[in-house]
Amino acid sequence: MLTAIIALSVLAVVFGLLLGFAAIRYKVKTNPVVDQIDALLPQTQCGQCTYPGCRPYAEAIAADEADINQCPPGGQTTILALADLLGKDPKPLNDEHGEHAEKTVVYIDENVCIGCTLCIQACPVDAILGAAKLMHTVIASECTGCDLCIPPCPVDCIHIIPAVEDTKKISVKLPIAPLLINESDQ
Amino acid sequence: MSLFAKYKFNGGLKLAGHKKISMQEKIADATIPAQLIVPLQQHIGRVAKPIVNIGDKVLKGQCIACLGDNKNNTVTAAIHAPSSGEVIAIEQHVIPSMLKQTGDCITIKTDGKDTWHNDINPINDPLSLDNDSLKQIIFEAGIVGLGGAGFPTHLKLTTKNSNKEKPIDTLIINAAECEPYITCDAALIQEQATRIIQGIQFIQHALKIKKCIIGIEDNKPQAIKALELALDDKTQEQIEITQVPTRYPAGGEKQLIQVLTGKQIPINKLPRDLGMICHNVATTYAVANAILDGTPLIERIVTVTGDNIEHPKNMRVLFGTLMSEVLNSCGYTESNNQDIIMGGPMMGIHLDSANYPVIKTTNCILVKNNKTKTDPLPCIRCGECARVCPANLLPQQLFWYSRSKDYDRLQEHQIFSCIECGCCDYVCPSHIPLVQFYRFAKNEIWTQESDKKISDHARERHEYRQYRLERKKAEDAERKAKKKALLNKKQGIDTSADDAKKSAIEAALQRVKEKQTAVPKNTSHLTVEQQKKIKEVDRRRSNKINPAAIDTTTKNTIKPKDDNNG
Repeated sequence: MLTAIIALSVLAVVFGLLLGFAAIRYKVKTNPVVDQIDALLPQTQCGQCTYPGCRPYAEAIAADEADINQCPPGGQTTILALADLLGKDPKPLNDEHGEHAEKTVVYIDENVCIGCTLCIQACPVDAILGAAKLMHTVIASECTGCDLCIPPCPVDCIHIIPAVEDTKKISVKLPIAPLLINESDQ
Repeated sequence: MSLFAKYKFNGGLKLAGHKKISMQEKIADATIPAQLIVPLQQHIGRVAKPIVNIGDKVLKGQCIACLGDNKNNTVTAAIHAPSSGEVIAIEQHVIPSMLKQTGDCITIKTDGKDTWHNDINPINDPLSLDNDSLKQIIFEAGIVGLGGAGFPTHLKLTTKNSNKEKPIDTLIINAAECEPYITCDAALIQEQATRIIQGIQFIQHALKIKKCIIGIEDNKPQAIKALELALDDKTQEQIEITQVPTRYPAGGEKQLIQVLTGKQIPINKLPRDLGMICHNVATTYAVANAILDGTPLIERIVTVTGDNIEHPKNMRVLFGTLMSEVLNSCGYTESNNQDIIMGGPMMGIHLDSANYPVIKTTNCILVKNNKTKTDPLPCIRCGECARVCPANLLPQQLFWYSRSKDYDRLQEHQIFSCIECGCCDYVCPSHIPLVQFYRFAKNEIWTQESDKKISDHARERHEYRQYRLERKKAEDAERKAKKKALLNKKQGIDTSADDAKKSAIEAALQRVKEKQTAVPKNTSHLTVEQQKKIKEVDRRRSNKINPAAIDTTTKNTIKPKDDNNG
């Protein structure tokens, strides 16, 4: 009787310690779903989804506060990926938040720029270089095309330009192949 | 003596060779054109940067583009002026490539003198050089794999390998040339077998390996004979010529290795992981030239063949020569209904015109009359494609998954093991352009991956910015607190006195609070009568609350009062 009690309490203590250790050692700091959602978002940090950045939007989706179709830069691809991850039905992009467009970057007209640093403060990815009363410039390779720097500019010297790749790539199109005989007849 | 291959690979096709067409004449030198349009990317890897300016005079063999760091372990290749003349433009031009439409090109207006640059120095005793200096020579000569992929050769001269237990011990020379029509390697072997053997020896020396196998298809008896004659007693021990059965795509690197050694290269592994290195035969010739003559890679043998060409032959063409000029010198008559292909009919790049420059990977310019194209029919799941696939894939499944854009499944089915040889296309009874589907899917997967990289980078930068702003906030707050403390000290206000004041105020506040909440205690010192009265009042009050008690008690107490008054 006594040995059984002792044995069981010893076991309880041992497993308790083990569980306690595991809880500390393998603690999941953030919600893993948020990370997974965040990984699928395009990280433009543009705020078109009404949340102040991609991670807040991911948190909102995880908490079921936001829909999955609020990200215009990601477009249908992101919606499909999110739907796949969360087991939801895909739906078309909510056009209240904007339309999906080709990737752009911004360009600062250096003749007009007065060096007010307002755009630098607005840039979510630190892609604008410059200092007070000195000319600013955009590091094109770091620019996500969020356009957040445009409204604060007092002299409207920031312009949107298409993002250039080094050379024109050949766009490989999906060839046509019919599924049924009738389809090919048409 | 040549041997016969003991092994074979799965699948593949027996194709009509059409090789005799271009083997009637000897290799001819193409004339120097008036203009050379030299692309800056003729290889796999980073684009070379121009080191000449518009208006500069350049000499034949002068380096005109490279990456500045000059390290022989970068994935790039130097570009040299194919002839002497003047740089007249550095601009975009169409380039023959699977991935890109246009690329930067240096246009040289030739002066016709073809003057060599001074830096052309032959090496007198190449076998005394160490691996690194040989590598440097080959890197500076801009040599890339001339079989078709254009992978920089200097990178394939390192003995480094991920598998420590299996050091590199075998050099494989790919002379199979399995695609129909192409004969540039065969023609080169027939005329320059000795140089090729010398090149092989240099590569063997650089890699410090003794064993070499030359794999060559058995439909080139003259080339085999030439190689056999070029071997002397000493080299015969080290270099082995092996005939492989003519079966497309025996010239694929993995397929050739399997046929020669019986070993399969696993997915995501390179031949070097199994102790082998594979070089194309034309590459060895370029290596020999770079070492023995000091000449960089500025020209190559190109097969000009196909329909509507009067004198199909192999030509020694300078890079940057327009294909139209090469074609014209072979008596080509243009017609509307033609396909111009760079490479062979199976894997070549279909060009929309002949206005493309010849580059390092141009092994053949093939003109084919367009057959009437049959529209694709539905897949009937006959399985012919799986039977011929030399990479042992399931082309049909890949087709369905590409169609439905199921990229995860495609990667599970190893779409990146597909060598795009086109065997499945060739046998498909429904004429489905299968390889185009795979190219589409591969391209999409690459695009997705690069997008992911970009977004990960943006996230990192955004998170760092967030962290930086927070850190700044904390630092500001700390600085403010410190400043205040310092100011207080300066004004002579001791913080301890401050504390005393604070505690005094607090104590006062506490007292006030106590006063407010304290219940007045005036019932402690009372006389007996007073106590009685209070009891009476209390009882009366409680009776008022309880109406049942009123009748009995209040009447009794109030009535005598009335009597007294009345």
